[in-house]
Amino acid sequence: MALGEAPAAVTVPARTPGTGLWSRPWVRFAARRTGRLLGSLWVLVTASFLMIHLIPGDPVRNSLGPTASAELVAARRAELGLDDPFLLQYWHFVQGLFTGDLGTSLSLRLPVYDVVTQRLPTTLALALLGFLVAVAIAVPLGVCMGVLTRRGHGRRTELGFTTTSVVLGLVPDFLLGVAFVYVFGVGLGWLPVAGNTTPSAYVLPVLSLAIGPAAVLARIVRVEMVAVLQADFVRTARAKRLPDRTVYLRHALPNALTASLTLGGLLLGSMVAGTVLVENVFAWPGLGSTIVSSILAKDYPLVQAIVLVYGAGVLLVNTAVDVALALLDPRSMIRED
Amino acid sequence: MSTGSELRFDDVVVRFGDLAAVDHVSLVVPEGEVVGLVGESGSGKSTLARAAVGLVPFEGAITLGGEPVPTRGRRRPVQMVFQDPQSSLDPRMSIGESIAEAIPPGSSRAERRAEVARLLELVHLDPGRSAARPSELSGGQRQRVALARALAGRPSVVVADEITSALDVSIQGAVLNLVRELQRELGLSMLFISHNLAVVRYVATRVAVMRHGRIVEQGETARVLADPEHDYTRELLAAVPGGHRAAVPTSTEPSRSTP
Amino acid sequence: MRRWTAVLRTPLGLAATVLTVVVLLLALLGPLLFGDAASADDTDNLLAGPSGDHWAGTDNLGRDIFLRTLVAARLSIGLALAATAIAVVAGLVLGTASFLLGRRAGRVVVAAVNIAVAFPGLLLALFFAVIFGVGALGAVLAIGAAGAPAFARLVQTLVAGVAGREYVDAARVSGVGRLRILVRHVLPNIAEPLVVNATIGAGGALLSFAGLSFLGLGVQQPAYDWGRLLFDGVSLLYVNPAAALAPGAAVLLAGLAFNLFGECVAKGLGVTTPASVLAPRPRGLSATAGTAGPSVPEAPTDDEHVGDDVVLDVRDLEVSFPGPRGVVRPVRGVSFSVRRGEAVGVVGESGSGKSLTALAVARLVGEPGRVDAERLELLGTDLQGADTRAQRRLLGTGLSLVFQDPATSFNPTQRMGPQLAEVSRHHHDLDRRAALARAVDRLRSVRITDPERRARQYPHEFSGGMRQRAMIGMGLMGSPSLIVADEPTTALDVTVQQQVLDLLAAIREADDVALVLISHDVAVVREVCDRVLVMYAGRVVEDLPAADLASAARHPYTRALVAAVPDMTTDLEQPLATIPGRPVDPADVPAGCAYADRCPLASARCRTEDPPLETDAAGRRVACWHAGEPIELSTGLEDAEDAGDDVHERETVEAL
Repeated sequence: MALGEAPAAVTVPARTPGTGLWSRPWVRFAARRTGRLLGSLWVLVTASFLMIHLIPGDPVRNSLGPTASAELVAARRAELGLDDPFLLQYWHFVQGLFTGDLGTSLSLRLPVYDVVTQRLPTTLALALLGFLVAVAIAVPLGVCMGVLTRRGHGRRTELGFTTTSVVLGLVPDFLLGVAFVYVFGVGLGWLPVAGNTTPSAYVLPVLSLAIGPAAVLARIVRVEMVAVLQADFVRTARAKRLPDRTVYLRHALPNALTASLTLGGLLLGSMVAGTVLVENVFAWPGLGSTIVSSILAKDYPLVQAIVLVYGAGVLLVNTAVDVALALLDPRSMIRED
Repeated sequence: MSTGSELRFDDVVVRFGDLAAVDHVSLVVPEGEVVGLVGESGSGKSTLARAAVGLVPFEGAITLGGEPVPTRGRRRPVQMVFQDPQSSLDPRMSIGESIAEAIPPGSSRAERRAEVARLLELVHLDPGRSAARPSELSGGQRQRVALARALAGRPSVVVADEITSALDVSIQGAVLNLVRELQRELGLSMLFISHNLAVVRYVATRVAVMRHGRIVEQGETARVLADPEHDYTRELLAAVPGGHRAAVPTSTEPSRSTP
Repeated sequence: MRRWTAVLRTPLGLAATVLTVVVLLLALLGPLLFGDAASADDTDNLLAGPSGDHWAGTDNLGRDIFLRTLVAARLSIGLALAATAIAVVAGLVLGTASFLLGRRAGRVVVAAVNIAVAFPGLLLALFFAVIFGVGALGAVLAIGAAGAPAFARLVQTLVAGVAGREYVDAARVSGVGRLRILVRHVLPNIAEPLVVNATIGAGGALLSFAGLSFLGLGVQQPAYDWGRLLFDGVSLLYVNPAAALAPGAAVLLAGLAFNLFGECVAKGLGVTTPASVLAPRPRGLSATAGTAGPSVPEAPTDDEHVGDDVVLDVRDLEVSFPGPRGVVRPVRGVSFSVRRGEAVGVVGESGSGKSLTALAVARLVGEPGRVDAERLELLGTDLQGADTRAQRRLLGTGLSLVFQDPATSFNPTQRMGPQLAEVSRHHHDLDRRAALARAVDRLRSVRITDPERRARQYPHEFSGGMRQRAMIGMGLMGSPSLIVADEPTTALDVTVQQQVLDLLAAIREADDVALVLISHDVAVVREVCDRVLVMYAGRVVEDLPAADLASAARHPYTRALVAAVPDMTTDLEQPLATIPGRPVDPADVPAGCAYADRCPLASARCRTEDPPLETDAAGRRVACWHAGEPIELSTGLEDAEDAGDDVHERETVEAL
């Protein structure tokens, strides 16, 4: 018991003293990850700026229709700043992002910034709840299934689970939503099927959004759990004759989770976009309904802004997943991408 | 086959980012001799081999008979045999096709077929099996096909990178015997890379010891093993299992060059 | 082809295949058969519910929704396939670019794909839908473009996997051009996963297309696909739910068909056997009928003296696994004992059963493996009894295990100290602090410098040799009487190997600990051990003092094994001995002596009767009818060749 610092050993990261900040893995990781986030954000901003320029023909003429007068087209072009030099337009666009001046919606005649900030929270609520529900279903289910179907155990359970989860994972959220509307809304009348005014109105949209990804994620967790249970270090843990509970929870679970997160991270990101369809099924007053109506209305400033918001949301989720991975598994920090 | 074909590394450096995997290495593979290159993992010996055949970019000069080793075009006088018999042959091609692919272009179909048969015979495989897939062969047989493919390029020098370390002990011997036989009968020059001193002692007339990207000692195999000059060579020799008892080769006769 | 037809034999695979064929047929024939009927207006039945005439009711023009759903198959599937084709072609171009362009330019493409792939397909599809415009063509381009990054990433991964293989390097060394390598070596080897993933991708495209059409961004009136029908049907959900459910079901079935078909083919092509973890050489299971060789009980050994100082006593140990063609027995009746402080080596080639013997002794053979033994005792305690706490403590503290690969044998997400400490936390009931102090002390005892700091590090911060020493240290958390080390130095460099072997020797000396050292390296075993067990095809074929290995071995296999490996004293003028043929496959053990096919001394008796393991007066054991007879050791390659080919040809013929 010569060591007074023993309990601290669990929390203090090991590091070589006096070798400079850059030699620390987490500093390099943070720098690299931030660099990638900024690079991706730049690509996103540039892509959404270019979107309007990539449209074949004259986007303004497209949006106003062939019957619109030449004066109206010219006025609209001026309003959108399309007559400025290309780089100046880019500069204004980027500048606008920092000042909150995203232009005016062509169809709603409201500042885009106001429209987006007003609708974002409803979408965010849907996405976050969907997220939590998906993870809350998938992780315990996947872990249990992994333990039950480890190495040759429970062949029938495995087949049943795999088949169910494959099929559930394939049902697109909007079909699930339509089915929910039919069964619970039209048929049983238990739950509201439109809007977001009551807490019970969240149930069906969140479930439509979460069930598919939950099924896929649970399958990933199961496969990783089975794989980890065959790993050498689990054999080591067994060789130490630790109780099964310790083997599963302390040795297998963290490793299964990191592997699942690596594969499942993109899945969580895709749930952000999944809100678009779900919102349209349930008439959810968020960004998802807005983007579709604005695409149909050729309301380009609004589309650009919403694409940016969605893209940024996805990037944030991906970054959060990587940070979670780094905390769970220190090796993932030094792994080059 | 090999006229004035001395393979010479002059001050070769290979960098991976900040790390110099090969650090100012100079080494000569004389015509008709087998030079062993020993070292532990990470010593840079495989990287040096890959530089010789143009698989990694390098600084310095690697010359064959005074000319830079060509790393573009079809004529490749330096050929390489790799470590892993599982991945050294394309699983979708017959062994005959794999060997034929390495034959320099310009010969007719019949000539190629005859050449494949000749090469298979050279490595003691039945020429009738040229249509076999790699999956039908044992590890040792695949490694012999890989040797035949290297020979198909009419090389002046063959670089062999750990070609026995992935093989079961019972078939290692067959591949080592073949290496010695090819060297004796064809006068083939070889850079023979291995972490196993006993294996290098068995096939090589000269040996170079590599550590941290540098060559710490080189010379006649018998001399280096019997009377090592560098501490690291001594350390390696001491670490050979059963090695401390007799590090001296029983036959010190260095006359195993071209017959 | 066999692997493809195997897909049809699973119920799910068969269902998916049938469904896919039906969907494709419907796409081909639907408009021809029902096209006219589907566009006929029944003005008496506008917006009708399901009936005998109109199974799914009618729309606002009185057209039959069920028939329209059938007819829409062609457009839905055609558009999905077109989008998939765009995604695949674009993905192939982007994915192979990094291979063709070389390092620098390739890196740019990879980075671009990495960024694009982070964005979900639907978001990309919406983005491209803005650019390409609303409508069928725009949607095809949008979904195709949206699918490209994911496919490019897949192609990159697959190409990188093949490009790293040595035959690609070999082709480059032969002067074969990059494009030619791509076409001849790379693409053929990634074709299967590509086709499978394209099929799955087509299912995904179908569903995405339905999504876009459902949002009103895809197919526009008067054309209609399933998504469009669904879009129209949802507005009628309260009037006629069938109007939405029919196209919805069609989308779902078709999407499922493609996806499941792809998944099943993928599963059929990948080789996964449940027993592949511990059963050595799963590939060998294709050999002859699965009757493992008859398990010959060893000669009675009860007369052998078993004293009080016996640490480990194993009698007639057998390990078996269920195989596809009957039970496979990789370990067949192994008997040996280890005395206090004794070092016993176990040598043999891969598949000889040596590692499984160790795992069986440590009671670590997992399901579905089975361990049977007449006697299996550690320190006089029967290990075959129930899994009690006392037994776990005995195994956890009295037996120490060292595995081959120290890189994978530690939990990568936990610091080193706690991994060692948990042994004492659990078996000695020490608190966290005391257990950790003991862990640091044990690390110091295995010569790890600055153990306090090291205990706070993760396994990946240790070097290979240090990890292996820490593994030994972990075994010393208890007070082991026996260390079982399975190829402890195979993954290590020679100088590090020596340190580990020295450490094991020091521990033995200090505490009179017995050692079972499993290795393929005869030289290592000869240096470290007192006694050597030679294993072949799951049996002990010889048991002799290590000092006798070189000079006095009697079994022809032992003698060949020693002569086949060059050491620092090998005569340079003589060719090395070779052993003809290849090691026996545990799933296909021949009758008689398993070594007979490769043995220069084999007689007719050897091929019918398995020789028992006989003990001589000096306590040495050997299982051979011709033990000690003089041999002309084989050195010829031709011999090896012929025998190898014979074995091989038999296998291939039977595999067909």
